[in-house]
Amino acid sequence: MIPHKKVYMYGGYNTISLGTGRKEFNPKKERPGIEHYISEAGKGVLEQIGGADNVDDGVIGNFMAARFVNQANLPGFLPMIDKGLSMKYGTSVEGACGSGGLSLQTGIRNILSGSDVTLSLGVEVQNTMKAIYGADVLAGAGWFKKRKDGHAYFFPGQFSDRAGAYFEKYDKDRARKGMSRWYANAIENARLDPTAQEYHNTNPNPYQTCLNMEPNGKFFVPNLNVLDCSKVSDGASGIAIASEEGLKKMGVDKSEAVEVVSFVPVVRDITQDPTDLTELEAIKFAVQKAMKDAGITIDQVATAEVHDCFTIAGILTVEALGLAERGKGCDFVADGNTARNGSFPMNTSGGLVGWGHPTGGTGVHQAVTIWQQLTGKAGQYQVEIPENRPYGMTINMGGDDVTVSVIVYKRG
Amino acid sequence: MTYQERLQNVTVLGAAGKMGSGILLLTAVEMADISLQKENKDKTYVLNAVDVSDEALHGLMGYLRTQVRKIAEKKVMMLRGIYADRADLIENFDIIDEYIFDVMNIVRPVNAMEAAYNSNIVFEAIKEDPDLKVKIFKQIKDNSKVEPWFFTNTSSIPISEIDEKAGLNGNVVGFHFYNPPAVQKLVELIRADKTTDEVNDFALAYAKKLRKIIVPSNDIAGFIGNGHFMRDALHGMVEAEAMAKDFGGYVNSVYAINKVTQDYLVRPMGIFQLIDYVGVEVCSYIMSVMNPKLENEDLHSTLLDTMISQGITGGQYSSGAQKDGFLKYERGRPVAIWDINTKSYVNIADFSAEVDSKLGDAPASLKPWKAVNFSKSKATTLEGIFNEMNSVDTLAVNIAKKYNKRSNEIGNLLVDSGVAANADDVNTVMATGFFHAYGPINNFLK
Repeated sequence: MIPHKKVYMYGGYNTISLGTGRKEFNPKKERPGIEHYISEAGKGVLEQIGGADNVDDGVIGNFMAARFVNQANLPGFLPMIDKGLSMKYGTSVEGACGSGGLSLQTGIRNILSGSDVTLSLGVEVQNTMKAIYGADVLAGAGWFKKRKDGHAYFFPGQFSDRAGAYFEKYDKDRARKGMSRWYANAIENARLDPTAQEYHNTNPNPYQTCLNMEPNGKFFVPNLNVLDCSKVSDGASGIAIASEEGLKKMGVDKSEAVEVVSFVPVVRDITQDPTDLTELEAIKFAVQKAMKDAGITIDQVATAEVHDCFTIAGILTVEALGLAERGKGCDFVADGNTARNGSFPMNTSGGLVGWGHPTGGTGVHQAVTIWQQLTGKAGQYQVEIPENRPYGMTINMGGDDVTVSVIVYKRG
Repeated sequence: MTYQERLQNVTVLGAAGKMGSGILLLTAVEMADISLQKENKDKTYVLNAVDVSDEALHGLMGYLRTQVRKIAEKKVMMLRGIYADRADLIENFDIIDEYIFDVMNIVRPVNAMEAAYNSNIVFEAIKEDPDLKVKIFKQIKDNSKVEPWFFTNTSSIPISEIDEKAGLNGNVVGFHFYNPPAVQKLVELIRADKTTDEVNDFALAYAKKLRKIIVPSNDIAGFIGNGHFMRDALHGMVEAEAMAKDFGGYVNSVYAINKVTQDYLVRPMGIFQLIDYVGVEVCSYIMSVMNPKLENEDLHSTLLDTMISQGITGGQYSSGAQKDGFLKYERGRPVAIWDINTKSYVNIADFSAEVDSKLGDAPASLKPWKAVNFSKSKATTLEGIFNEMNSVDTLAVNIAKKYNKRSNEIGNLLVDSGVAANADDVNTVMATGFFHAYGPINNFLK
């Protein structure tokens, strides 16, 4: 879809992604709660946009606070960020790991329906339980009727099946090389962003570490190792979504913001298995539609934030974007094309594997990174945005290719 | 009777104690896993947890619940398979909870020893008292409705002696776990003269199912583990008293020997901390069991006698926390040392600097046990440490050299006197049962 009036994003903010790998993370010590993350991300945005008085409404993307921290009714936390949000409209949205993307989509719709500024947040606090129980909670992103027959680590199990099908249909060695390169890129990018979960990672050769770690179904899942998986994270991100009038209220020049060129939220039937395990059907549909709506081709996109909850999802998204033929996405990645100095840099602040994956927050984090990249605010992890390739893209996925949000951006 | 049939009714005596609780946990899990097999679903499995203390049994059930949860969390993939036909158990949460119930549901905490009269297997982990063990075994055997097999966790009493005095006709074997049984991989297996092949085979099969490392020991008082530890501890105590003058007093000397045995010998804890861990009283008792059976040796410590007469016993609280002994502990760390002369604890911080300077500069290559023992380059690290120590002449290094030499002698003595079959067995016991980074039979220190 194309917005019928101009919609911009500005003032992105990320908390750190807290979990294993961060020096300040200690599973035995008490950690900040969800209130802290909502508050920090919310204030981080408000400070950049002249305060809460400029905000008409707010939306929080979150997946499973009701189980991870026994908390529902999240809109009630918006006025906790700032009294200026009290007695205004607030809502929360849920679409599993795609909740952050839905927060953005909701914000865009708020603007299209008359608001001038929406505060869009995404948050998750997941380190409240051991991974084996967290796996139960995250399995809620799939159809519960299939949980019984699923793996103890349900989602790693789902994507292990996808990786297994890819190995079978194409070539396991080539695939694992691509997946290991994907992991290495994620770590190398994360080391440039102080808020990333892997910021403190010092492994001199992450590629080799991942490649050497043969997946073992006896201890985990058959076709993925633990490095192929994004980690358990606590974190939040926020960004202001605004109309032209909204930017004026905030006193922000268009060139400092990104403009939403097209936005495509889609859902796929959660009760149906994927038609083909080696293809992300909903993502493919949404990215192709988003580019068609925007009237652009992939050659005009400088960088994308893609949903690499597992390295294999990164590879399959490369193919869905049309950057490589099916079965060749692994080579495209292995050859370095998606690295920060490659032909198509992806996940430049680390993505889900490197920056972290606070599930309900991820979609918003992706938008923050693209805003930073297209407006030259990405600091250490800035990549070049060529003049003939002015577009950026975010692809956020909930469940196994079920709740997908794609947005195409350009500098305002 | 098959392995599985034999495990249908089992008793653990002293089940709420330090060793008994671990044995109970491992056995409960093994029995539950058997009971959950399809072919066994209609059978009832019983594990009597017999202990004299109601209070301790109360604590035992809490310990079991916590530990079974940890075990279940680690094998949830297997459990999902076991409960595959249970439509009501869907999430890992549900499955783990059900497994905890299924394990706990086998256990019967009781005071009355009569519960053992129906058991095919009786594990014993009571006080290290030969007469008491014999009396109880005899009582169970005389009243039993089945012909039970006895597994004793004694760490020092010859099994043949128990067999003969209790009239068990070879239906007994020494099955010596290390503390804590749920964690330590080592089991010393001690066959008495008459131990039957069936009993021995069962013991081997059971140890294998528990994934234990079995080291056979001959049926000589103290076996391999205590054969080394008791002599090693006695050496430490004798040295501490003998060197009191060198260090400016007994307390300083205990601190010095404890430090050298931990830091310089790269052990998980110093010798006095280890005595406290096992228990001052327990150590004294084990020595008194072993000593009459040793030739040309006097395995007896007057220092332990003094400590006990002053009411200092060491050992652990039922929570697993360390009781004060030679050393006083705060949050598990030694902070003071018991002075047998003034009958009070003296803070380590008040005198440690003085003793440390007498001990001399620590070799640069020295690393804590934890950093060495779990490192991939353990062998080369140890070689580096000991090579450096061989070129250094400080008081601490000299104490360490003498200590290692004695440890070495003890190891060889165990082989020469036929307690252990070979040097490897001695080293395996010390490495797996005592977590030493290297075995006592070595040529590291000159």
